[in-house]
Amino acid sequence: MGHIEFLYPIVFGVAVGTALRVYMLKTDYRQYPSYLHGKVIHLALGFIAAGLGTIIVPALIKEEYTAITFLTLAASQFREVRNMERTTMQQVDSFELVGRGNTYIEGIAVAFEGRNYLVILTSFVTTAAYLFINILAAVIASIICFFICRALMSGNRMKDIVEISYIEPHFDGAGLYVDNIYIMNIGLPERQKEVLKYGMGFILKPKNFNAMITIANLGQRQAILYDVTVALGVYRDSGTPALVPLAKRDLEDGRLGIFVLPQVKEVEKAIKVISNVPILENAIRVPSKTLSQGKQEQ
Amino acid sequence: MGVSIDKAILAVITTNHKLVPAGTNVFHCGSQQEMFEITKNLEAILDGIAHALKDDLFIIVKH
Repeated sequence: MGHIEFLYPIVFGVAVGTALRVYMLKTDYRQYPSYLHGKVIHLALGFIAAGLGTIIVPALIKEEYTAITFLTLAASQFREVRNMERTTMQQVDSFELVGRGNTYIEGIAVAFEGRNYLVILTSFVTTAAYLFINILAAVIASIICFFICRALMSGNRMKDIVEISYIEPHFDGAGLYVDNIYIMNIGLPERQKEVLKYGMGFILKPKNFNAMITIANLGQRQAILYDVTVALGVYRDSGTPALVPLAKRDLEDGRLGIFVLPQVKEVEKAIKVISNVPILENAIRVPSKTLSQGKQEQ
Repeated sequence: MGVSIDKAILAVITTNHKLVPAGTNVFHCGSQQEMFEITKNLEAILDGIAHALKDDLFIIVKH
């Protein structure tokens, strides 16, 4: 029982879905996944997701309503993807000179799961447009989906919530300070010299109360340190625990003092990197919303 | 999996003999230069951070 009329829409839907996954898989500043096998896994899963999304439409047209149960299978499958990514990254994290931190890892893992659902949705919409209207509508639908996915996949960045300024770190006795924010105690004069030579300090001034709570999150701070390390390198090795990038908070006004030890000491570049650090989903706090609703959260 | 001690003073290095309490590894040094040298080595060996409590009193702490 060949249904040749479904062939082109299915091929089209799967192709668009897979292409979307490829588009969303570009290796960016997160440096993940950067190796071929990791990519193959995600491309294969993207292909499966595209197939699932596509097949639903002809199945519904043929009144095979039970086909919808496939989607539950897909959901558990892609939740598995999230677990896989989380486990891998957590294991690898302990061998990084500056780790991502669990909050960042969770954010990336969620993104991987979410992207597969976007692929399913895109394939579904595209195939439906092809079958019910024509190929032109399908092309337009796929372009719209591309833009929607791009919008959904790019969250806010640090520059939206903080003002960043460069400040040379300094020592007061053995205490290392960025502006007036105490970072750590470094005893040895030799280490102090190294720290002053390679260290850079940044002050992140929150633009509002929400931002203040968000950047207080330890995971968010670790993400900033990690991204700076990835972009500019780090002056550090195992066995030199004193040379550690840190982010501390001014308890008075919620400003964040960032201390980093990049291999390349370029202020402009560093500010650009910090500006583009994503605000982690799990770090976002919007107390103003709760307060404006005028009721206690249950 | 090795056991490691966190947030504990692993060693005390000092030139001031009166300052140091018992119950931890104390390294008495003759001069400040000697103290810096020993601290530097211990920092690397113990994988801890050398903190200065006073000019003549250093501790190694693992974080």
